[in-house]
Amino acid sequence: MKEPFFEELNELYQEVILDHSKAPRNFRAMDNATGRAEGNNPLCGDRFTIFVRTEDNRIADISFQGAGCAISKAAASMMTESLRGRSVAEAQVLFRQFTDLVKTGHGEIKPEKLSAFGGVHHFPMRVKCAVLSWHAMMAALNGTGDTVTTEEKHAAE
Amino acid sequence: MEHLLNRPEQKTQNWREDFPILKQQVHGHPLVYLDNAATTQKPRQVTDALNHFYQCDNSNVHRGIHQLSTRATMAFEAARQRAARFLNARSENEIIFTRGTTEGINLVAQTWGTQLKPGDGILLTEMEHHSNIVPWQLLAERTGARLIYLPVMGDEGLLDLARLDDLLGENVKLFACTHVSNTLGTVNPVAELCARARKRGITTLVDAAQSAGHRPLDAQEMGCDFLALSGHKMCGPTGIGVLYGRLELLERMPPFHGGGDMILEVDFFKSTWKEPPHKFEAGTPDISGAIGLHAAMDYLETVGRAAICQHDEALASYAYEKLSALKGIRLFGPKTGRAGVVSFLMEGVHAHDVVTLADQRGIALRGGHHCNQPLMKKLGVDATARASFYLYNTMEEVDYLAEVLREIQEFFEV
Repeated sequence: MKEPFFEELNELYQEVILDHSKAPRNFRAMDNATGRAEGNNPLCGDRFTIFVRTEDNRIADISFQGAGCAISKAAASMMTESLRGRSVAEAQVLFRQFTDLVKTGHGEIKPEKLSAFGGVHHFPMRVKCAVLSWHAMMAALNGTGDTVTTEEKHAAE
Repeated sequence: MEHLLNRPEQKTQNWREDFPILKQQVHGHPLVYLDNAATTQKPRQVTDALNHFYQCDNSNVHRGIHQLSTRATMAFEAARQRAARFLNARSENEIIFTRGTTEGINLVAQTWGTQLKPGDGILLTEMEHHSNIVPWQLLAERTGARLIYLPVMGDEGLLDLARLDDLLGENVKLFACTHVSNTLGTVNPVAELCARARKRGITTLVDAAQSAGHRPLDAQEMGCDFLALSGHKMCGPTGIGVLYGRLELLERMPPFHGGGDMILEVDFFKSTWKEPPHKFEAGTPDISGAIGLHAAMDYLETVGRAAICQHDEALASYAYEKLSALKGIRLFGPKTGRAGVVSFLMEGVHAHDVVTLADQRGIALRGGHHCNQPLMKKLGVDATARASFYLYNTMEEVDYLAEVLREIQEFFEV
């Protein structure tokens, strides 16, 4: 038998991440969204649209569509599950906690299942996959309708 | 698994000895470097030449009279002569040193291109790298010229040559085409294409980034007006490249950058330029880069470009065969006669996940759009994984790749 892939790899592709990448939750467009934003990772070709509907500063519904790698898709899927029903302020806090977690591998995060992304920090080139949909979500909450990207964008584009 | 990597052919084994970087483990596995279309590794002969220059001869070129400057100037100009022989240019004055293919193409767009008028056509192909699209888009915006594209037909990735003459007839002034596609591995019949363009008086440019280090090149036989290449994709250092241009054209073109070394005489309000190629080389050039490129060209000539071409093609067709035998793999590019580039999709697994897992087994692949976004859109894919080969790769490495791809499919249960 071949030896298993490295421990870090199993940490990156945890069961819950593989599950969400294969069967993404809240994977749909939203007609009555109050905000939407596109997340585009031009170097990889990952591209997601995040839809949010806020009521009284609370996220009443959140969904996404698009295509990307297992990490980016699972991150978007689990983000939508984690944010529905939360206040906008809570979403902003969670955004910071999540981005810290994937960059350092440390930090408390609730819901617990998001800690599955702690393994991403072993793979610096993949951090942008995990945070793409979160950045798009922040833009959608701001209602800017912008495309966010993991790369620097210049006015000439 | 590793035993597969232990018995390459003797000739390949000898070539591998020239590349010390290959003797390392990545994540506990022997490095299998299959990202040669992005950049190739450098043989000891090239790094030795760089060391020698910096340890013995380093000085600025062209302006000095002292001993070191004389040596540096002679070595720099010897590299130009070497490049002229390498490409079979008529004279070394047809060789302009650039930072790479991208700068070479931008140079043509920003100098030769300024004569274009609204409505003039620039014909490209759908398989061009971004570096042979974007400079022309910028030029089209400035001049009102139009971009026209020769289509690529399906996953097999051949140009629709039946349409070439019609499209060339659309008031086309420039035809720019890649010799070898960095995504599809297609080898375009550039001599024939240039001949068809030339018959109509159309200027031609060949992007030789993927071919210059991989197969014999003869600019005169190819019949192109311009040809651009990158040193780092042919065993040379990064930051150096060559633009070949026919002297008659270079003489009529305005300068590219202004600055030192490209002038004859500077007045406060007006200057005069040197003759080509110096007219196009402002500022201190990449001296060590040119010297390293000289060593790289010597190296490729010693190994034999025909031998490298044969070796690449054998690896690519073996890889095509091995990967075709795997279920759930979609391959791109021609079935036969391809260069050493094999792009593929693994059903149910994104290219970046394939690349991350292969890396854990020591294999360097590339995943993404390979600077071919318009082509990827046309093929209806977001990203492909790509294996690209060079003289130091072995059949055993291809077997190992196929084995690891199977393993990745098991991991993702596809």
